Amino acid sequence: MNTKRFLTDYGPMFVIWLILIFLFGSLSDHFLSSRTLSTIAGQVPPLVLVCCGMTFILIVAGIDLSVGSVLAFCATLFCLLIARAEWAVGVAAIAAILAGGFFGLINGLFTVLLRVPSFIVTLGTLKIAFGMAMLISRSETLTVGMKLEPLISPLPGPGVPVSFIVAVLFVIAGQFVLSKTIYGRHLIAIGTNESAVRLAGVETTWKKISVFVVTGLLTGVAAIFFAARLGGANADSGNGFELSAIAAVVIGGTSLMGGRGSIVNSFLGVLIILTLDAGLAQVGADEWVKHVITGAVIILAVLLDVLRGGVLPGLAARIRNYKK
Amino acid sequence: MNALTIHSLNKSYVPGVPVLKDLDFELAKGEVHALVGSNGAGKSTLAKILTGLISPNSGKISFREGVSENVVMVLQELNIIPTLTVAENLYINSLPGKFGIIKSAELLNRAKKALNKVGLAGIDPAMAAGKLGVGQQQLIEIAAALEKKSSVLILDEPTAALTGPEIELLFDNIRALRKKDVAILYISHRMDEIAEICDRVTVIRDGRRIATHKVAEVETPQLIREMAGSEVAAFSSAKQNKRTVEPGLTVKDLHAGEAVKGVSFQANRGEILGIAGLIGSGRTETLRAIFGADPRSSGEMYRGNQQTAFSPANPGEAVAAGVALVPEDRKLDGLLLPLSITANTVIASNRKFVVNETADEAATEKVCRQLAVKCDSLSQAISDLSGGNQQKIVIARWLLCDCEIFLFDEPTRGVDVAAKGAIYTLLQQLADEGKTIVVVSSDLTELMAISHRIIVMSNGRITGEFGPDEWTRENITAAAFAGYDSTERSAA
Repeated sequence: MNTKRFLTDYGPMFVIWLILIFLFGSLSDHFLSSRTLSTIAGQVPPLVLVCCGMTFILIVAGIDLSVGSVLAFCATLFCLLIARAEWAVGVAAIAAILAGGFFGLINGLFTVLLRVPSFIVTLGTLKIAFGMAMLISRSETLTVGMKLEPLISPLPGPGVPVSFIVAVLFVIAGQFVLSKTIYGRHLIAIGTNESAVRLAGVETTWKKISVFVVTGLLTGVAAIFFAARLGGANADSGNGFELSAIAAVVIGGTSLMGGRGSIVNSFLGVLIILTLDAGLAQVGADEWVKHVITGAVIILAVLLDVLRGGVLPGLAARIRNYKK
Repeated sequence: MNALTIHSLNKSYVPGVPVLKDLDFELAKGEVHALVGSNGAGKSTLAKILTGLISPNSGKISFREGVSENVVMVLQELNIIPTLTVAENLYINSLPGKFGIIKSAELLNRAKKALNKVGLAGIDPAMAAGKLGVGQQQLIEIAAALEKKSSVLILDEPTAALTGPEIELLFDNIRALRKKDVAILYISHRMDEIAEICDRVTVIRDGRRIATHKVAEVETPQLIREMAGSEVAAFSSAKQNKRTVEPGLTVKDLHAGEAVKGVSFQANRGEILGIAGLIGSGRTETLRAIFGADPRSSGEMYRGNQQTAFSPANPGEAVAAGVALVPEDRKLDGLLLPLSITANTVIASNRKFVVNETADEAATEKVCRQLAVKCDSLSQAISDLSGGNQQKIVIARWLLCDCEIFLFDEPTRGVDVAAKGAIYTLLQQLADEGKTIVVVSSDLTELMAISHRIIVMSNGRITGEFGPDEWTRENITAAAFAGYDSTERSAA
């Protein structure tokens, strides 16, 4: 990719993030401290991993509301296996990731093969996963103590934890799959006109299902980082997580109608949401102000995207034609 | 006495392409007047103008004094709202009520009587209309039209989904309306029905009235002659005759869905095989079934010199077997509108793992040059292109695949003249390379100009096969109507 395209694709989101950093940095003396930044860096990985999957799902014109509950289920399962069953951390991690993949498979099969709208299927699995998390945790908080400390403590060199580096690697891999592989190109094409893609002789059914499965697996990985950061998990761990994920992805310019999206911009969307959150807390904003501002930012971001995609170029073309 | 008179009606959807040209027409009160013509003759446009769905560019429609201008039409496509009840569908724009609350008892009573009239006495008016079969839904629409008590009624292919006894009952209703001085415009492909129920018949072709006859005084062959026109296929001599007869695609007794009822044909390598027929005769469905886009219920297919049996379960398998389909509806089934020209071109041929943008663009540029696609850049969204250039891209994507058999469904629909020429040239080139080409088209002139052989589909079957020395507009048109004969009606 050449530099110009890189800048036009990711520049605007990056600039918005930088503006937020400077804004909060000038409003609060403590914002640019290493403590605030490492708090944000710790929150980033779980949300980013889920957003990688969510971006793919929105690109094929689906949605996944279950990611929050599935994250809670995977996290409690993970903690349960370590704390109660005393499994090795690696084995427990694999079990948690597969559990996420299983929920993704259910979502995919019902959505694609049985043609139940993904909104409904994943609303159902949201409740089911939440119930399952309550069941296995007996509605208690399961703690794992310091066992997972290495995952989240900042590395001496870059100052960010392992989990953050893993998340960034996933973002790079995800963006590569999306824009550099045939699989990714086909997903985008499916999002614009599935019938045409099928009639072009391209397999669509299992491609769509795979997207849900991958999102489930990524949610499982996210659950591990989540549990590591908080040292435990309970059934409520994923409350509202799906909405934060959708918000971040949409702020990143991915279309809810399918056919358009970018993993890197979803990542920047996550940074913007979490920076906003931490920044508002830092300047002493009330809890309600945080919610109102975050809501307004979501609508503004999508509005800007609509203007960029439809109204503004149309206006520009009209002005050009007028000049002629 | 005329219920309505039309004088010098003109209509074009696209400037310069007239659909109706100085059309004159009279509909007398108390008559059943048949309107016949081939695909694109202007029947539906005329009906839509009469009901006020669209407005003409010029011309005059005058209703007789005392005749209400409320024209009621039963459309060919069903307009049932499946989730509402039968009764609600019947009176959707005149639901009896007080303060906005529906009087259910009155509604159901009235509906019961209306249903009785069309022979649906057994249907519960409170059930959801979507649960009824297609034939019954058609009758509901007819019942709704009868309830509107208009003085002009238009029926567009009302019997398409009906069985023998249902048709008889419909005709009884029509006769009763005729006695009440209602003027009825009856649009149909079925000559035997026209002979049975209509008083007069008007033939239109290319948007003009060709003739009006009393039904009692005209024979079917004459009507077909008038519908077909007399122009001779002037292009056919320009074509090279095919050199060999090597089979390319053989289809035996193909059945699929409701529309394909036992289709057999053979297409040869190096040959352009045209499929003619009326809209709805099952041509599109046949191509889709061969391509694996829709399920087949029975039938065998063989491809290539070796006549290898193939039976694709989905389009992917068809493409792997070297079959390509250019679909009828470009927007719905062909284009990835927001994506680039390159993305649209390479969608079918890219089967590797990693995208090679340079190779993709090189391949796209090559086929775009071959087909003379007009565009600013290959990264332009395909939605920016004209219909003709969009169609070229949909065709171009198959040139990048290793296909032997090309199925074209209406390849020049909505395409400008220049692009049409480019597409014809390409078809001929592909044939010269020894590919097998099957072209479905509703434009008979086009079909006679490009085909080496034409088969005709009618009502889900093949009803005619013509070589270039045999075909005329007349015998193709006759074959296109042949499948709708009364034999089937009595059998039903």
